[in-house]
Amino acid sequence: MVEVEELRPHADHMSTIEDSDSVASIVARITLFNAGFEEHKQHFHHTQLHGTVGRDFDCIENTLDELKHKFTQLKTQLKALGSESRNGTLDVAKYRAKDDLASTRYHDPWALKLEEYKRYGRQLIMPEVGMPGQLRLKASSVLIVGAGGLGCPAAAYLAGAGVGKIGIMDGDIVEVSNLHRQVMHNSAWVGKSKAVSLGNALRLINPLPRYEIHPYHLVPENSAIAAGYSMILDCTDRPSSRYLISDMAVVHGIPLVSASALRTEGQIMVLNDPPVSSDSEKAGPCYRCIFPRPPPPESVQSCGEGGILGPVVGVMGVLQALEAVKVIMRPPDRPANPPSLIMFSAYGSQMFRTMRIRGKNPTCSACSSDTTITRQSLESGSQDYMAFCGALEASDVLAAKDRVSVMDFASMINRSGTPVNHTLVDVREKPQFELCNMLGSVHVPFSLLRRWKNAEEATTALSIDIESHEPIYVVCRLGNDSQATVNKLRELGIDRNGARKIMDIKGGWEAWRKDIDQSWPEY
Amino acid sequence: MQLTLEFGGGLELLCDSVKVHNVNVDLQNRAEKLTMKDLLCWVRTNVIKERPEMFMKGDSVRPGVLVLVNDCDWELSGQLDTTLEEKDVVVFISTLHGG
Repeated sequence: MVEVEELRPHADHMSTIEDSDSVASIVARITLFNAGFEEHKQHFHHTQLHGTVGRDFDCIENTLDELKHKFTQLKTQLKALGSESRNGTLDVAKYRAKDDLASTRYHDPWALKLEEYKRYGRQLIMPEVGMPGQLRLKASSVLIVGAGGLGCPAAAYLAGAGVGKIGIMDGDIVEVSNLHRQVMHNSAWVGKSKAVSLGNALRLINPLPRYEIHPYHLVPENSAIAAGYSMILDCTDRPSSRYLISDMAVVHGIPLVSASALRTEGQIMVLNDPPVSSDSEKAGPCYRCIFPRPPPPESVQSCGEGGILGPVVGVMGVLQALEAVKVIMRPPDRPANPPSLIMFSAYGSQMFRTMRIRGKNPTCSACSSDTTITRQSLESGSQDYMAFCGALEASDVLAAKDRVSVMDFASMINRSGTPVNHTLVDVREKPQFELCNMLGSVHVPFSLLRRWKNAEEATTALSIDIESHEPIYVVCRLGNDSQATVNKLRELGIDRNGARKIMDIKGGWEAWRKDIDQSWPEY
Repeated sequence: MQLTLEFGGGLELLCDSVKVHNVNVDLQNRAEKLTMKDLLCWVRTNVIKERPEMFMKGDSVRPGVLVLVNDCDWELSGQLDTTLEEKDVVVFISTLHGG
């Protein structure tokens, strides 16, 4: 007869396996235990024991099953670690963490690598993050479209926070005029890929995440890339890509953080959160729910045209990272925030304002049940986003006879650069005029002259005699506003039905700099 | 009726670059209430100084302009039919696209 107590010490000992135990010692102990157990079991059957002893036996059998399961898990882990070790990234002997993201057993000790405890320590100790939040970050994958003023700070914070996989998509190259705001690029990288440049900078911040670099522009045909990610950040700079990215987020069922900035203002929204696919009752709006129709192209300004203050776009990129991290770390039982738009205005009386915005539009062309936009239609390229958003009409609004080339204009000024027998009107806005201008030119900003109502306003501002035959030449930065100005002056009758020549300088100061005077500043 | 109107996202350029306008809007024809539809007409006539097509399309705002009444999207309060009250704050904001 066997005493049941004899078995217990073995079982107790086995059930207190520590992660610190070497796999080899666990293997040895399980084998030993197994052998002894089988021996006792046979003996028990032989002596036909019943009652409490039998129940104890069941209990021990369960423990054994658990241990066998644990053993298999550890073996798998060891195998994975072995392959990492061969890449020279980890020392298996010292590695004790249980790094199984598939399980939610984040209360186990060493659920992260020791390096991760240290690296993320300052956020790990916060109740908003903790082990659950950090593991959610590590399990997440974020696609950042646009490696510019928004993408740079957003990516830096997400990399630093320990997002598991970060994708960077941008087909542009770094330009020196980017560097005042696109803070992850540097002067040595001018002329090279922005996506590669940002990827390199992120690896220096944190080598642990996986980085996927996509050094090309997003188009519908390559939008399948979103399938590998659990969230998208829209860090682009035009309406067509904003609609495309929103549609991508909808068809792939992932949340989107969309931000934008211009001059001194910024806007940010969390969209498709939770995504339509999860529970359409609770699903958040998509970009098309809020803006069903695109803005007229003439109302859209780029940072190159309107200007941008570096920290303004930086604030918005940082907020994108913050909103992304909040969505990623949100426990599954916690509801998403109600849809809102955060507006930032650097010079406003209130710098930040949060506005409640409409929810999901039940008849939305992208995310409602009767949508025609599917993953297939998107990737086939049948949605034309450029056509949807429209483009400005070609800028040649004047006939060739009403325009003068920079070459011809150069021959009309004397060596000192002052105008001879003509009036040169510079219609750039004041800050640009103050950057560089030609001696003797008359400055009238386009925004002002556009509102002139009669000839007198024009002749006063330009200090010209309405009866004079002196030709008027109009110049601006690129040669668009100058053409509109010529038309405006004619409308007001300054040309006296063709008696006085009013012409624009083709291509503006930019053409002047390229073809005539290389000492003219490029800005 | 005393209202505060705010323009942002570049719309302020249509009204002398002034962002905040404290205005007094009179009710037309002894009407008992002022709706957003009435206010848009009034703003177009009295506040917008140039290119009204950059602000309105038809009898509403152009696509790409958000309207917020007391920090809330006007879609949630009835759009053009939203009734305004004394001291309300109405924000017109153009969406930005730079990045």
